[in-house]
Amino acid sequence: MDGQDGMKPLQTALHDRHLADTARMIDFSGWHMPIQYRSIIAEHQAVRSSVGVFDLSHMGRLYFQGADAHRLVQWLATNDVSKLRPGRAQYSLFCAADGRILDDIVVYNQGERLLVVVNASNREKIVRWIADEQDGLGAKYEAEIHDATFETAMIGFQGPDSEASLQPLVDGPLAELRYYSGSAMRVVGVPAFVARTGYTGEDGFEVIVSAEDGPRVWDRLLEDRGGVVPTACGLGCRDTLRLEAGMALYGHEIDESTNPYEAGLGRVAKLDKGDFVSREALGPLADRDPSRRLIAFELDGGVPRQGYSIIEHGQSVGRVTSGTVSPTLGKAIGMGYVPPSLSEPGCPLAVEVRGRAIEGRVVALPFYQHRTKRQATVRRGSA
Amino acid sequence: MNPEDRKYTKEHEWVKVDGDQAMVGITDFAQDQLGDVVYVELPKVGDRVQMFKPFGVIESVKTASDLYAPVSGEVVEVNGAVVDAPQMVNDAPYEAGWLVKIKPDDPTQLEQLLTAEQYADTVGQE
Repeated sequence: MDGQDGMKPLQTALHDRHLADTARMIDFSGWHMPIQYRSIIAEHQAVRSSVGVFDLSHMGRLYFQGADAHRLVQWLATNDVSKLRPGRAQYSLFCAADGRILDDIVVYNQGERLLVVVNASNREKIVRWIADEQDGLGAKYEAEIHDATFETAMIGFQGPDSEASLQPLVDGPLAELRYYSGSAMRVVGVPAFVARTGYTGEDGFEVIVSAEDGPRVWDRLLEDRGGVVPTACGLGCRDTLRLEAGMALYGHEIDESTNPYEAGLGRVAKLDKGDFVSREALGPLADRDPSRRLIAFELDGGVPRQGYSIIEHGQSVGRVTSGTVSPTLGKAIGMGYVPPSLSEPGCPLAVEVRGRAIEGRVVALPFYQHRTKRQATVRRGSA
Repeated sequence: MNPEDRKYTKEHEWVKVDGDQAMVGITDFAQDQLGDVVYVELPKVGDRVQMFKPFGVIESVKTASDLYAPVSGEVVEVNGAVVDAPQMVNDAPYEAGWLVKIKPDDPTQLEQLLTAEQYADTVGQE
């Protein structure tokens, strides 16, 4: 199949819908995806004020099944799957035996099987890594992994109006679906898995259906219901939304050269859960003072971008990992790595933009938080 | 499509002469290609610019793009409104979204630039 190691980009089940809506398309990790339909800022604002619809089908969906499915995920991932009750989800990391972060993931306990959603950019790498790890473990673990990415579609439905707008289309009570939970439901009459998870900092859902049902579900989600018309949203605003919400993006805040502790993700590495593939490598890192810390910052002008130097007294002391002008806050924001001595909120810093130092300061995350009734009662990432 | 009362560059700037001043902005094609403009870096009044050389930067959510001067001369006015509300470049690239006004050293330089029709040809518009 073409795609990441072929020449032609892969297409999701919703591809022709994006073309029909004259979306601006790009090659994203080997997939032909919409970056925007009309305007990144307008789509971003639609999610913050009402509801936006995202094609997430390019992300990897791996099902772990069999008697040892839970044991295998417990071995591979850093968070504690034994604490993940059926119907619940948890944010986690895949770290290699030497501690390198291979991906950040969400694990859903679907009862008989675990669903692991991985980044599109890492799907092939992770599938190979899991196969290698399974070979090493041998017959000890009875578990099959099924990559269902191409058989399914996944659609994000995010924003303060998302529950009210989605409810008429599903056969289950969404008000009872807690944050970081998911269950099987019928959506527009077809079998689906609906989870209250997302990457925007708003209340919202992620819906998985078969690839065949994807286009019809997409069309229905975009219809006017009760005067609310959801907005089709591309990857451009997906990035500005997650950045405002302070969420890491693999390949930016985390990658194979970063460890969980300097990235502020130590909470999802449960070293006391028992042995797992990266435990030995992570242990010493957990005890050590990190040599750098991931921070959030704002600037008094300009647009910070990945790779720009963070400077202090004219010297480069760190790097920007992500940056943009926040559509919600109307100011330049970003994340990056700095020495721990410069990592306290309020600490002044500067970013070099085209040879000039633009002043700013470290701020606490998240840049933006929409407190909904639902989120006010649940802690993000809990099992 | 592209107003005929001005000239154009291959780098998607337009220039409209009014007396001894040349108003400069970017074309509708350019703002569409850029996407949402979030930041504009413009010269100061009194700065000198040189024809076809960069005089500023325009940044969208996804990219940064140099601005090229369509004539040589002195910057006599800068559109502060666009600095405060960069979205104006997307909304009204030929009117309120203008960027700078230049006093050309040699107005005949403008004869080298493209007409609206010629510019439309270069970007494949009808």
